[in-house]
Amino acid sequence: MAIDWPISPRRLRELGVLGMNQRNGEFIAQMNERRYYPLVDDKLLTKELAEESGLRVPALYGVIRSTHEIKQLAKWVGEHEEFVIKPANGAGGDGILVIDGKQSDKPLVYRKSSGRAIGIDAIGLHISNILAGAYSLGGRPDVAMIEYRVKFSPLFEKISFQGVPDIRTIVYRGYPLMAMVRLPTTQSDGKANLHQGAIGAGVDMAGGHTLDGVAHNRRVTHHPDTREPISGVAIPEWQSLLEMAAKCSDMTGLGYLGVDVVLDRELGPLILELNARPGLSIQVANGEGLRHRIERVDQHVDHLSRDETAAERAAWSREHLAPMNL
Amino acid sequence: MRRLHLLFVVLLLTAVGLSVAWYKYDTLGFPLTPDRETETWTVEAQIAVDPGTAPASVRFALPSDPPHYTLLDEGFVSRGWGLTTQSSDRQREAVWTKRNPEGNQTLYYQATVYRDQEEIQPSPYPGPAAPPKLEEPLKSAAESFVEDIRAGSADIQTFATLLVKEVNASRPDENIAAFLKPDATETERTRLAIRLLAIARIPARMSHGVMLTDEGRNLTPTTWLEVHNSRRWVPIDPRTGTVGYPRQFLVWWHGDQPALTTSGLEDVELTFATTRNLRDAVETAQLQSTIAESRLMDFSLLDLPIDAQNTYRILLLVPLGALIIVLLRNVIGIRTFGTFMPVLIALSFRETQLVGGVVLFTLIVALGLAIRFYLERLKLLLVPRLAAVVIVVILLMALISIVSHRLGLDIGLSVGLFPMVILAMTIERVSIVWEEHGPGDALAQATGSLVVAALAYLVMVNAYVTHLFFVFPELLLVVLAFTLLIGRYTGYRLTELFRFRAFKTLAQARRPEPTGNDRPGEPR
Repeated sequence: MAIDWPISPRRLRELGVLGMNQRNGEFIAQMNERRYYPLVDDKLLTKELAEESGLRVPALYGVIRSTHEIKQLAKWVGEHEEFVIKPANGAGGDGILVIDGKQSDKPLVYRKSSGRAIGIDAIGLHISNILAGAYSLGGRPDVAMIEYRVKFSPLFEKISFQGVPDIRTIVYRGYPLMAMVRLPTTQSDGKANLHQGAIGAGVDMAGGHTLDGVAHNRRVTHHPDTREPISGVAIPEWQSLLEMAAKCSDMTGLGYLGVDVVLDRELGPLILELNARPGLSIQVANGEGLRHRIERVDQHVDHLSRDETAAERAAWSREHLAPMNL
Repeated sequence: MRRLHLLFVVLLLTAVGLSVAWYKYDTLGFPLTPDRETETWTVEAQIAVDPGTAPASVRFALPSDPPHYTLLDEGFVSRGWGLTTQSSDRQREAVWTKRNPEGNQTLYYQATVYRDQEEIQPSPYPGPAAPPKLEEPLKSAAESFVEDIRAGSADIQTFATLLVKEVNASRPDENIAAFLKPDATETERTRLAIRLLAIARIPARMSHGVMLTDEGRNLTPTTWLEVHNSRRWVPIDPRTGTVGYPRQFLVWWHGDQPALTTSGLEDVELTFATTRNLRDAVETAQLQSTIAESRLMDFSLLDLPIDAQNTYRILLLVPLGALIIVLLRNVIGIRTFGTFMPVLIALSFRETQLVGGVVLFTLIVALGLAIRFYLERLKLLLVPRLAAVVIVVILLMALISIVSHRLGLDIGLSVGLFPMVILAMTIERVSIVWEEHGPGDALAQATGSLVVAALAYLVMVNAYVTHLFFVFPELLLVVLAFTLLIGRYTGYRLTELFRFRAFKTLAQARRPEPTGNDRPGEPR
């Protein structure tokens, strides 16, 4: 096999690909005021904020704040047999436990999304680890959230394996900039994490159709598990999904933001979480650098006489941020 | 604006750091490399006195600011004698006094000197010399002699050289034969040269000094001639007319008088003894700067107690390690566990050596991980689990030490120097990454940490680097400046050129061209 040589920095710059240092130094540091970080780092706060702004989020069943409250888990879960337990301040999707159903009542045993059984004691231990800060940045004590388990829409069923595919949109100065769909694979163990082998598929801004995907920085046209073509899937309610993302920017005051949305079978698009430091893989998934789109948004915003509404911004992005290649 | 500001701070820090370091190197003589030794000389003046019964006093000229040399240290040994030192404009002297001296005694003066300058320092012009009063016909003879020499010389220096040569010629010019007894001593010839130079109004003086020889005993002072060329005193050998002092000539006193003036003594004898020493260059520079009364050295680490010094020898390397981390993470893009964990590991490598350190580190982390996975099955709470890992790590360290000692491998003993809490945290982090992101990620980050630690170690253990930062801690300002500069680096990381290499083909693949999928939304 031919050696896969690295790309030259000049070519990368031409393509407008954003590097980690530039993202941190020129965008996150300049566009995101630090005091707004807790709004996105604390998922509990994000959820409250989103609900106030009229954005749809997975329903919160309950919050466990201290070890002695772990016993109340059953009370919070109630009749729900499917639920998700996650740390409010988890970093990088760590510590999320997805319960898919109840296996038996006595003893109380649930089933994880992977299909494995998990007893109520083990769930309690997982929660106590969350509380002790095992998954939070810097090991600070945390709280555990119990929330609605998304019944993901069959839209991506053919091109994902287990887990929940989500749609990541980067919003810059309130304008949706670029989007991708993250599709879990066997290799990623059902997680929508590109590092672990999930597929990132670019999304055409104008129409909300998936493009070809990328796995491990290589282009893929078909899902490795289902063998279905990745491109050409139309995301429904694309306009309202982009509007949601744009509103998140207003709601948090962050100028450079990643918005993760899941499509629920019954509830439609739900905001899963926000990220003040969204990753750069979205560029690989779209085969395009962020830089040129950022410049177009800058140009547009600098010539505006009034602030545009979220709907106007979403429409502008759809019209003007189509792929631009060199 | 922000860029300019940063640039200004960076330039300022660099300038201050480098200029202080340069001053210490150039002026105070601190060596840039370790283990440099400088040559110093110990000169001992022995004054053997045979006092009578009357109160005695001995005045002895002391070296002050000798050309080419710096006085590092001096001391007096004179039991039972009262000692004062005094200095007039260009001459220092020691005065020993005793009311009831008895028997032969020896007074000692010891000086340590160090050759530190090649150039003779300029000194103000003392004004033209007053011509000596001479009777005819001596006056005419001297003047015509001086005229002859003036005709054959270009400047003061060559004039003086020619004159000295004439005075020492085996068959001297008839004009000066009258001034010179055939058996004239060196001092007399020098004295004559000074008088003749005065006719030409050239200021000249006598100097006396000691030839420094290793293990030199019973040395006597040698006379030299100095003429002022309007910028500085130029030494001329009164025997040969050669310009300049020999390399190992230490000027002791100036003027046409003996070094010793005594009263109440029956007999006195002055001899010199010299020894060559090798001294640590840093120590020499330190002494020298104390003598130069450099304010800078009031803030030197070299004045701290030794154990504090040793602490700082290591501490001062941490910034360098931090800089390496910054470079490797932000410019190269290597991922590590914990930001500065590799620096701490690198510090402990100093004791274990590199290979031993890497082996021990890998061993402990691997064993610790195995235990950690077992503890995972026990479903412990986070803090007790961390504590359990710390305990296990320490037990492992003790075990490794004992086993390796049994096997006769001393390297295992130094494992105790690993920062065990850091190790325990590392094990915990590795296991979380292992579970959440898979073994691949965990191993990649662990290897990254180890590579960074090894690189940091290699830089930090370097004898030159250690020496440089300890003797010139102001260089840390340069490190700080460089770190600030990288803080604004927004270019690609080296690893990103690999990460984004798909763009070599991706960008072409995404060119707007209609495909079978009928993608909508091309630019309108």
